[in-house]
Amino acid sequence: MLLKHTTDEIKERNALSVNPAKTCQPIGAMYAALGIHGCLPHSHGSQGCYAYHRSALTRHYKEPVIAATSAFTEGASVFGGQANLLQSIDNIFTVYNPAVIAVHTTCLSETIGDDLPQIINKARTEGKIPEGKYVIHTNTPSYVGSHVTGFSNMTRAMVDYFSEYNGSKNKIVNLIPGFVEPSDMEEMKRLAAAMGIKTIMFPDTSKVLNGPMTGKYKMFPDGGVTIEELKMTGSSIGTIALGPFASGAAAKALDVKCKVRCEILDLPIGLHATDAFIDQLRCMANVNVPDSINFERGQMLDIIADMHQYFYGKRVGLVGDPDQILALAKFLVSIDMQPVYMVTGTPAGKKFEQDLREITAEVPGEVKIKVPGDMFLFHQWIKNEPVDLLIGNTYVKYIARDEDIPFIRHGFPILDRVGHSYFPTVGYRGGMRLLEKILNALLDRKDRDATDIEFELVM
Amino acid sequence: METSTPVIFEERENQIHRKGESPFNIDCNRDSLAGAISQRACVFCGSRVVLYPIADALHLVHGPIGCAVYTWDIRGALSSGPELHRLSFSTDLQEKDVIFGGEKKLYKALNELIDLHGPKAAFVYSTCIVGIIGDDLEAVCRKVSAEKKIPVIPVQSEGLKGNKREGYNAACKALFRLVGTGETDNISPYSLNILGDFNLAGEIWLIRDYFKRMGVEVVANITGDGRIADIKRAHGAKLNVVQCSGSTMDLANMMEETYGIPHIRVSYFGVEDMAQALYDVANYFGDSQMIEKTKELVKDELKVLYPELKKYKKALEGKKAAIYVGGSFKAFSLVKALRHLGMKVVMVGSQTGTKEDYAELEQITDPGTIIVDDTNPLELSQFIKEKGVDLFIGGVKERPIAYKLGVGFCDHNHERKIGLEGFEGMLNFAKEVYNTVMSPVWRFVPRNTTGDVKNV
Ligand code: SF4
Ligand code: SF4
Repeated sequence: MLLKHTTDEIKERNALSVNPAKTCQPIGAMYAALGIHGCLPHSHGSQGCYAYHRSALTRHYKEPVIAATSAFTEGASVFGGQANLLQSIDNIFTVYNPAVIAVHTTCLSETIGDDLPQIINKARTEGKIPEGKYVIHTNTPSYVGSHVTGFSNMTRAMVDYFSEYNGSKNKIVNLIPGFVEPSDMEEMKRLAAAMGIKTIMFPDTSKVLNGPMTGKYKMFPDGGVTIEELKMTGSSIGTIALGPFASGAAAKALDVKCKVRCEILDLPIGLHATDAFIDQLRCMANVNVPDSINFERGQMLDIIADMHQYFYGKRVGLVGDPDQILALAKFLVSIDMQPVYMVTGTPAGKKFEQDLREITAEVPGEVKIKVPGDMFLFHQWIKNEPVDLLIGNTYVKYIARDEDIPFIRHGFPILDRVGHSYFPTVGYRGGMRLLEKILNALLDRKDRDATDIEFELVM
Repeated sequence: METSTPVIFEERENQIHRKGESPFNIDCNRDSLAGAISQRACVFCGSRVVLYPIADALHLVHGPIGCAVYTWDIRGALSSGPELHRLSFSTDLQEKDVIFGGEKKLYKALNELIDLHGPKAAFVYSTCIVGIIGDDLEAVCRKVSAEKKIPVIPVQSEGLKGNKREGYNAACKALFRLVGTGETDNISPYSLNILGDFNLAGEIWLIRDYFKRMGVEVVANITGDGRIADIKRAHGAKLNVVQCSGSTMDLANMMEETYGIPHIRVSYFGVEDMAQALYDVANYFGDSQMIEKTKELVKDELKVLYPELKKYKKALEGKKAAIYVGGSFKAFSLVKALRHLGMKVVMVGSQTGTKEDYAELEQITDPGTIIVDDTNPLELSQFIKEKGVDLFIGGVKERPIAYKLGVGFCDHNHERKIGLEGFEGMLNFAKEVYNTVMSPVWRFVPRNTTGDVKNV
């Protein structure tokens, strides 16, 4: 019993977080920045944070993750980090020669109040940024928001720095995928391409963090949105932002800056959310949905119909990021499952909680939601009344083990399995995979627990 | 983008040495270059690594959420009892705390947690931002300690104060506050503390068993499978046995100064070093019976080990290895252990080695070996390619680089899952090295279609 220290008596806590269900902004910013082709993410702060962020991303993707740091020492915290950042920029362009450096702050540089735009300007006037190269930035203090906020901020910075209207609209749709896996990004692009739609996706970590083994180490892998494409986003016919928390800010900024209309949707997890995504693509690009996509949809529906008896009434506990939880909860309810406990560490606000309440209005019994909450509390709920299935990141496995509950890994981080970076959970195909995972978890358990008499061959 | 010419920062040239090409004069313990993709971590990380295995203590990270999350149970420091150390506690500082200070929040958090979990002591880790906003950790800890009647110890681990090494020092200072506060009755004259072992994959249990077989009492594990009560009475031991150069040396020195406890430096990796460690301890106590028992022990173990090792050695003879580890002391043992397997070390480096460490490394390595301090991925991949490396030994950030290049990898860091210490560990090490170096998967690497594979 690893979590034997979890008590079932629940006390109000407000001074601390135990077994958090979130992490800090910079890692989200770093992840987003890796979705620009030829970009070197840069952490403006001391080197510890950045080492942790790189390690965490490395563990999740099992890929080399590059980033640089201003390597603050005590001097920098007294005199500010300007000298460090200037030297960094100089060094990086000389040695690593990226197309762009994407700087994010840390708690430290935020607290000492470094003015990044001013420092970047200074670098430019001092000639430290070569022709045709860029340095962009975003502010990511971790005492505000979470890793999702950091992702959102860096994605928005891409708009702020690059998007421009070139005088006429291109027949292109911008896709902002949200804080999802490289595989999910690929799947969204595939769906759009199948409808004959040209898209620009940003950020785009496919082919960056799920690259092949080639016998070579590439500091800047093939994937990622190019600067050229980022500039063009200002002339697209529209933007579809998936996941309001991770993608909404950038979409709105682009609307304001270049008058590119935006639609902010749920992550396309599950049938309805994918329908909405496909429909929006159809409207925006004024195309027809090809049979091939309808066929996939039908297949997904087929699984649901064939196996619906196993979904019915199953109680589910969800831990994750707001965009994921919202989409998952809707999906689960739509297949007759009951998301009864939901926790996110991200301070996503009252409106989010209300949305979850509405989604689960028909779920019988008490639905418990905590925003922001932590996994200690989540575990306490389960101790008081268990669930049939857990969905969340790797850290949920402690609870799954202690309480002996089937568990599906989904979200960030996944430190102990592979697959997430290669196989999507968005779109109809992704939905099919998710259904398969849910069924496997539930049916494996049924098999395990069945008596000899109940044990069935055909299910 | 690929770079064919060697890419080395000019400023880093002196942190790289090629044995035999120039007089030895390596530069180290420098702050990492701004803009370098260093593989190093921070003070907090160092402190956390050292103290975290103390299983019956509360470990509270005072700071914003990230620092705590990234150190949540990522190392396999095993406990035979309580598991409190595997939970993640953070004061999760918010904007208003940063503006108005976090002391009140810390006080509350400590109270709530101590009431809930009844730990034997609490460690409160300071992070960068706490240093900047100027919370008086010391005062809060003193207050809670007086109220709750357990040691509540601040760890001055603000990340920006340096790299891991300063963190080790902060951890040692925190430990030293505990030492000397317990009873020392009934401790054998043949007794020692194990310093600098973190019980990864249960290694300290093995080492303790060796000592037991020799007739030596282990007073405190510092800190693998550690307990507060043991550490409190650690000053009653007659000897400190210190492994891992950086992490707990400061504590050994402090204990020597204050309590007159001498220390010896050992390593439990590899055949010679492991045996040497046991002999050194036996010789220190000078008890002829114990010395006999020790010889016996080593002989017994080797009798089992050597024939087994031979199988692997045959296959691995002449293969090339690169080593990049946190502390360089570990590197010595690795160089020797690899030699035992017939392998050649062609590159060796560390995040935080000292000048003396590197000098010693240059002594024991072959000409042409690259010795490097605080390197980065580009340099690493250059070295691997240049030297035609078959095996890379490193940590989490190096693993995928090695794999991308199609090179075998062995985790000799805190994430390892298999015990590598002791005689048993040497065999595990040989197996692991063999399995990865000779794995047929490397035949799939485009640039490497030949190559011999497993046959043992
Ligand atoms: S450098 Fe400072 S802020 Fe960053 S992880 Fe280390 S202690 Fe935390
Ligand atoms: S200081 Fe801030 S940015 Fe750095 S690891 Fe901690 S929470 Fe994250």
